[in-house]
Amino acid sequence: MISSAVRRNTEASLLVISLVIAVGGYWVVSLAQSPRVPPELAVYAAAFAGIYAAAHFAVRKLAPRADSLLLPIGAMLNALGFVMIYRLEEPTGNPGLAAAQTRWLAVAVAAFVLVLWLVPDVRALAQYRYTLALVGVALLLLPMLPVIGREVNGARLWIRLGPLNFQPSELGKIALVLFFAGYLTERRELLAVATRRWGPLSLPQFRHFGPVLLAWAVSLLVMINQRDLGSSLLFFAIFVAMLWMATGRSVYLLSGAGMFALGALVATQAFGHVRSRLLVWQDPFAYISDQGYQVVQSLFALATGGAWGTGLGLGRPDLIRFSVHTDFIFSSLGEELGLVGAAAVLTAYALFAARGFGLALRCRDDFSKLLAAGLTFALSFQTVLIVAGVTNLIPLTGVTLPFMSYGGSSLLSNFILIALLMRISNEVTAQAGAAQPTEYNLAAGGGR
Amino acid sequence: MNRQIRAIAYVVLALFGAVVVNLSWIQLVRAQNLASHPANTRLLLKEYALERGAVRSADGTVLAISEPTPDRELKSLRTYPEGDLFAHVTGYYSLRFGRDGLERYYNRQLTGEGGVVTMQDLGDRLLGRGKKGDTLVLTLDSRVQEAAQEALSGRKGAVVALDPVSGGILAMYSSPSFDPNRLSQHSADGQQEVWEELNDAEDEPLINRATGALLPPGSTFKLVTAAAALENGIAADTSFPATGQYQPEQTDRTIGNFGGSTCGGTMAQAMTVSCNTYFARLGAELPEGALEDTAEAFGFGEEPPLDIRAVVSRMPDDEELESPAFRALSAIGQFDVRATPLQMALVAAGIANGGNVPAPKVVKQIEDAQGAIVNETASEIWRTAVSSATAATIKEMMVSVVDSGTARGAALEGVRVAAKTGTAQTGAEGDETLAWTVAFAPADTPRIAVAVVVEGSGAGSDETGGRLAAPIVRQVLQAHRAAAGW
Repeated sequence: MISSAVRRNTEASLLVISLVIAVGGYWVVSLAQSPRVPPELAVYAAAFAGIYAAAHFAVRKLAPRADSLLLPIGAMLNALGFVMIYRLEEPTGNPGLAAAQTRWLAVAVAAFVLVLWLVPDVRALAQYRYTLALVGVALLLLPMLPVIGREVNGARLWIRLGPLNFQPSELGKIALVLFFAGYLTERRELLAVATRRWGPLSLPQFRHFGPVLLAWAVSLLVMINQRDLGSSLLFFAIFVAMLWMATGRSVYLLSGAGMFALGALVATQAFGHVRSRLLVWQDPFAYISDQGYQVVQSLFALATGGAWGTGLGLGRPDLIRFSVHTDFIFSSLGEELGLVGAAAVLTAYALFAARGFGLALRCRDDFSKLLAAGLTFALSFQTVLIVAGVTNLIPLTGVTLPFMSYGGSSLLSNFILIALLMRISNEVTAQAGAAQPTEYNLAAGGGR
Repeated sequence: MNRQIRAIAYVVLALFGAVVVNLSWIQLVRAQNLASHPANTRLLLKEYALERGAVRSADGTVLAISEPTPDRELKSLRTYPEGDLFAHVTGYYSLRFGRDGLERYYNRQLTGEGGVVTMQDLGDRLLGRGKKGDTLVLTLDSRVQEAAQEALSGRKGAVVALDPVSGGILAMYSSPSFDPNRLSQHSADGQQEVWEELNDAEDEPLINRATGALLPPGSTFKLVTAAAALENGIAADTSFPATGQYQPEQTDRTIGNFGGSTCGGTMAQAMTVSCNTYFARLGAELPEGALEDTAEAFGFGEEPPLDIRAVVSRMPDDEELESPAFRALSAIGQFDVRATPLQMALVAAGIANGGNVPAPKVVKQIEDAQGAIVNETASEIWRTAVSSATAATIKEMMVSVVDSGTARGAALEGVRVAAKTGTAQTGAEGDETLAWTVAFAPADTPRIAVAVVVEGSGAGSDETGGRLAAPIVRQVLQAHRAAAGW
């Protein structure tokens, strides 16, 4: 057993590294304008130190046994993202992005602390599952409302409340994962039992397909009405993955894939914006001056950066034009920090995923297990979706890059996600310490 | 549930793996193609963001400079204020078609990447400030260059003038020329159009005839033959009887004199009237290998150490020179002897400089953005061609060529000028002529050595070196005399 003191000390020292990345990176970027130390550097150093310290001491107090890497990985990715966002202030013509992102980090960490404080045990959340479902779907569909809903770059995924722009689907994602975990834990026995034979296939009763159909309908609605391919696909993938993890019935996986294929086919035929994404994916260079422009520029940026990158501030993110600080932040990072930097960032995400899934495997109760796996899948899948999109491995669907992209809703939801995972982790470690002399053996497998 | 969770975990990690593999494919394997894709303007913008160094002539005329443009993207435009006057020296700077001339050979210095990295550079680099390239200061004098252009007056040909002591090129003009501004324009289509036009042009304006055209040097090569004879113990007073025809051994072919005249006498007399029969016989009587050795001592067979591209002038193969007939023809600059105007100017410079051929150079010094000299080209002797006694003897012959021979058109008032003319037959039927004159002045304290070649129009026997090229030499000498005050 690693003692909680060791865990927390590891976390603290890793957070110091994130602090160095944020402050040092900011300084390097500012050198491009002036040789003087920027006066606001001290303010940023103090802000980041304060935010990290708050998060860290909250963990010490509220979840001392929690995983030591989740928070530092999130903080490090966020620090790198912050440096890139500061660097992108000039090309996007948007001074104040870095300051705004720092304020959002403070809000996100406040939410992180609040979740740790208000939720002593995640299992308590299972009882609010239907409320959470309502909240989740509402958040997902909110941008459709008139007045507050806003269309940005052709997709309707923002709402405007006074001075605040918000992308509610980010928070909706967390609420829906919580709902799925609660709902599926409750129904998994029922959903897993085969009651009907149809040829060689044994199928669950038809009414159990209800939730699958509902999820499919909601995701189609999001895609069609909000033109938000990313959220739609992410939402549907999370649902199918969690359904399969809960039941182990491959029929859900197959029917999910089939329904996705059907939906995609129909959407490709019926909707110009879906079709154009697909055509661009097949040959972005054929659409170099219009719909393919950004993807091609993203490829150019990465290729020009090569193995070692052009160096911070020396790339041309302005050529990607819009969304470069949100959806396309990875392309700028790959251009300026090279394959080395981009691969390091992906490794950090993969490490986060490994920690999250490892945690899920060690959970004793089904709800925590499914929640941990679901949250980890949601974050990892979103990362793959956008990185594979901007590198044209798959058709581009606009979602944010967790922790790195500019935007408050994304940061807020991802820090809440870390808080939930750490809360689960704290309980798992506490139980293991109390009941079992040896740590759960990851490789040995285990029953359902 | 753990079985499924583990499977999902592996799928997710495999997805990350696929993303990294794809990223490596883009950033390593496809990188070169994508980085240089015509639609990828990143490298181009980087070049244009840089303040490329200027090129100045010795007298301070700006020959090439990067001027800031109001364009946000292409921040500078390479301009050549003198138009086509220095095109073959500065070369061109085209993003589509590359660089040539000084723009090519001094690219590192012009982009500020050559030489030492100063603290200033380091600071600029750290601060991402636009790097400033170094300035090239040339040995060329714009007044002499202008005189060369004017004197050629649009005829195909070339003028090379250099300081016979330091080797510094004073003028280098190749006609026809081109305007490098047209190749450095921002419009890619415009560049393409100009490029095609220049490459398709029949008179090949992109070729630098001064350093890149291999031509039969004709009678100017008699200077080398005379030098070979003197160096090999054949005295200047060696006299051959006057004749109108010379028939070398082992051949039926005869060599005649220009216009069917009869000539002979001493070497000086033969040189003055450019007597073919005399020098053909002299060549045939030279010891084996003597002609090649002397030609090589003047620089034939090796690329001149010029700082822009110059091609190798060449002698016929040794085996062919074993034949007295070919040796006789070679001795008067025909057969397979091929020289660039630069090489013939170096022959004149070697004789002017007491037998020492200077290493030619175009760049006098390199200055950084603050005007401090970073690098100064040293004067070097490239070859010791002949003894000073031989050089002095040939010089006197060349003076008499101007005083009373074929190069009277190159004479200057009050200054002894040394020169030698040549008229070479070229073309498939020998019906095209090349008019040559090489010279240096003042004969006893030489300040400038010149080679001029003009392609004849095919109008006939009037287009000799003495008539066509010698007056051009005179204009160039006069321009330098006025500019340098000798």
